[in-house]
Amino acid sequence: MEPHIAFEDISKIYSNHVTTVAVEGVNFQIMPGEFISLVGRSGAGKSTLLKLLIAEERPTQGRVFFEGRDIATLDGSQEISSLRRKIGTVFQDFKLLSNKTVFENVAFAMEVAGKNDEEIAEDVPQVLELVGLSDKINNFPHELSGGEKQRVSIARALVHRPGVLVADEPTGNLDPANTFEIIRLLLKINEIGTTVVLATHNKEVINTLDRRVVSLDKGRLVKDDPRGTFIL
Amino acid sequence: MSSVAFQRIIRSGFNNFKRNSWLTVATITVMFLALFVLQGLLIFSVVTRSVIDSLQDKIDISVYFKKGVPEEEILIVQEKLETLEEVRTVEYISENEALARFKTRHSDNPILLESLAELDQNPLQASLNIKARVPEEFASIASFLDQGEYSNSIEKINYFQNKDVIDRLTRIIGSVERGWIILSIVLSAISVMVAFSAIRLAIYTSREEIGIMRLVGGTPSYVRGPYLVEGALFGLVAAIMTILVFYPVSLFIGPKISSVIPEINLSSYYLTNIFQIGGLLIIVGVGLGMLSSLIAIRRYLKV
Ligand SMILES: Nc1ncnc2c1ncn2[C@@H]1O[C@H](COP(=O)(O)OP(=O)(O)OP(=O)(O)O)[C@@H](O)[C@H]1O
Ligand SMILES: [Mg+2]
Repeated sequence: MEPHIAFEDISKIYSNHVTTVAVEGVNFQIMPGEFISLVGRSGAGKSTLLKLLIAEERPTQGRVFFEGRDIATLDGSQEISSLRRKIGTVFQDFKLLSNKTVFENVAFAMEVAGKNDEEIAEDVPQVLELVGLSDKINNFPHELSGGEKQRVSIARALVHRPGVLVADEPTGNLDPANTFEIIRLLLKINEIGTTVVLATHNKEVINTLDRRVVSLDKGRLVKDDPRGTFIL
Repeated sequence: MSSVAFQRIIRSGFNNFKRNSWLTVATITVMFLALFVLQGLLIFSVVTRSVIDSLQDKIDISVYFKKGVPEEEILIVQEKLETLEEVRTVEYISENEALARFKTRHSDNPILLESLAELDQNPLQASLNIKARVPEEFASIASFLDQGEYSNSIEKINYFQNKDVIDRLTRIIGSVERGWIILSIVLSAISVMVAFSAIRLAIYTSREEIGIMRLVGGTPSYVRGPYLVEGALFGLVAAIMTILVFYPVSLFIGPKISSVIPEINLSSYYLTNIFQIGGLLIIVGVGLGMLSSLIAIRRYLKV
């Protein structure tokens, strides 16, 4: 089977006023349907790897493949946009639009993709049902708990039916109860066939997940464990 | 781009425009002031230009030929003058023509006409009446005639009598125009920059939304669309306000200007040219709004 995602000898050096080696010589592959966690201390390079995957940053060296295609060869913003519809993204800070309702926040992602109103009216309630927010459809973000906000952002990430869901510290702002709600949701999404890539430094999360764990330290891959625990 | 996307872009452009009301009001106000200054500059330029033109048109020099110089010779001089770069027109006034003009000009003075009739010869001289392209060039035209091969046939060139007046006028016109051009450039640049900054602020407040649009896979053209619409709306509303507000202002300051330069009638000029001025203003306002949005949004579209 062809890997869904492959990092091939990836290095990323940020050079603004200071030069930072964020990722160095990283190699690993992610198969379709996997649930993989990237772990490591703050600054280990987890977010950087995810940014390279969604073409928010370009690698200094090496190649990132998505569905067999080298991301560096994506031609212009059109292809980058379509890559981002195939990869749903979720962040610690939710990135919801505060002046839009739950429905509108999710619909927004479909609108920018040029979907018509009928598709939107059909798909948005479906995906909100999947994340368990059917009863909050007309609430504004400030009327939601942190866990609910994160579920909205997961719904938004899923609305394009992406093959991969990338979650960068999705539980960073949540209490333990909400954290496990979100992790359960990610597992459910993984069960319906979506590849999930989770970056986190939450020990309990990793240990309960009992899935593949890739450990990073100072930008290097130090351990790749098929049923991992948190080692750092 | 599909028509759904297009409609949505227009709709969300309008929504952006309505959403943040104080920011909208502030942006429009700033653009209005910028357009108002630009329009003021434009109208004053056109009006002063026409006053200067009419002044310049009044300046000419006349070359009077000695009695007895044959008409063919004068016509040759006329032809030569017409080949000169700096000469705009040359009019030949024959002795008879000069007499006829003299008579009409003094038709209310029978004594003068009577004494003229008593002469058995036309006392007036043939002349060439020359207008230059720009007043600076009278001097070189005059010296061309004064020192050329026909100087013997020439009785007098009235440039030398009017030299002081012409020189002074030339200098004034020159410095007024230069000052005006510099002032216009500076004020226009400031207006454009201020309008640009206002729109940049409006876009800045939307940077988060722009980032999210890109993150969820919005193509740059789609992301840009609503902000271009918003920028165009800012420009359009500001342009319409400028058009409406300028008229009462011209009624108010017009008489003050007319008292200094009677040739200028600001408000009637404005009314007769309202469609051209208004059209231009809308084009400039909408163009400025869209261009500013386009430039301002670029940095948020990079990732
Ligand atoms: N845009 C940037 N410019 C310069 N340096 C950066 C940039 N982004 C990240 N870095 C640096 O690269 C290194 C890796 O950062 P990264 O965000 O990938 O870490 P992380 O593992 O996600 O950490 P955290 O757990 O705190 O989110 C850090 O040293 C960071 O300071
Ligand atoms: Mg991070």
